[in-house]
Amino acid sequence: MVANEAELRSLMRAGLRGDAAAYRVLLSRLSANLRAYYKGKLARIGRTATEAEDLTQEALMAIHTRRHTYDPSAPLLPWVHAIARYKLIDHLRQTRALMSDLPIENAEDLVAQDDHAAIESAYDVKGMLNQLPDKMRRTIQLTKLEGLSVAEVASRCNMSESDVKVSVHRGMKALMASIGRKRAPQ
Amino acid sequence: MRTDELIELLSTNVEPVDHRQTARSIHIAIAAGIVVALGVVFITLGPRTDLISVGALIPALFKIAATAVLFIPASIFLIRLARPGGEYRTPVSLIALPFITIMVLAVITLTSAPGSHWKETILSDEWLECVISIPLIAIVPFAVIAWAVRQMAPTDLARAGAFVGLVAGCVSAIGYAFHCADDSVPFFAVWYGGTIALCTLAGWKLGPKLLRW
Repeated sequence: MVANEAELRSLMRAGLRGDAAAYRVLLSRLSANLRAYYKGKLARIGRTATEAEDLTQEALMAIHTRRHTYDPSAPLLPWVHAIARYKLIDHLRQTRALMSDLPIENAEDLVAQDDHAAIESAYDVKGMLNQLPDKMRRTIQLTKLEGLSVAEVASRCNMSESDVKVSVHRGMKALMASIGRKRAPQ
Repeated sequence: MRTDELIELLSTNVEPVDHRQTARSIHIAIAAGIVVALGVVFITLGPRTDLISVGALIPALFKIAATAVLFIPASIFLIRLARPGGEYRTPVSLIALPFITIMVLAVITLTSAPGSHWKETILSDEWLECVISIPLIAIVPFAVIAWAVRQMAPTDLARAGAFVGLVAGCVSAIGYAFHCADDSVPFFAVWYGGTIALCTLAGWKLGPKLLRW
């Protein structure tokens, strides 16, 4: 499959409006592209598939936490490609590889291939979730893992809806940050 | 963790986001930088004493307008560079045009004056104060603007950093123009241009460290 810019862009726009189903499709389509992209780049310098999976997840998290920086009037794939490449360079810098190995490329490189392999990354999200404060952990558990609506979570936890939203937002931020820190000492 | 589990985690109950928020926060940061620069100049250095006279107001406005010619496109480019991938659709070298224009103006003014005056035109009483003040005043606007840019996830950190420095330098120079009483074009070109270029260079060097996300 060659990714279709127009289709992905409309999924992204829907995702930005809060359409979870469209957003899920978008992320899983992009994850296949990202995996193939990272596998290709890393294989050339003798890295493992787990590392490619780590990077795929890291790029997905970056796309998610930075989705407000996408300008809906601009093409989506160059934006995704810039994030993917930024994360790759950041990763190589941290793992002290020669960045000069990375050839010049363009945005089409990202969507040239697809990869759906189900390899686990090195991150243990459940473990990291347990390290969050109780309120954040519980609200994330209920909204993000069990898929309850904000209103349901609010009544179950005796919190106001805006408290739930704030708690989930802060918790997700903390979770992404702890994943980012975990990779740093490698 | 498997990637499909992560996708579930990210997409379930995904919150709508407002994409206009990010550019707005850079606008606010730049505006805050201008307020800070003006505040510092008016409180610590004080406006030039003759500011209300026409003879002083016009050259002061010329310095501000000439800096704004650099400042406005620099701000527009900065907002583009601040987004992931922005470096691919921003013709950053165009920013040299206002610089070159001022330099050409300066050379024309200089060559129309006798050569013996060149030294006192450029190395007038105020050059040292100008060289120290503009970078110092730029520090706080630089920090505020850099913070806002970092939220937008730039992917070319050196270039984004250079534009943060450039915008902060312009903001500082606009504030300083209210104090500075040397109105010659060559003085403006050399010392305003030089210090703004210095701020740009500092931003280019600091960008990869400060803007990393």
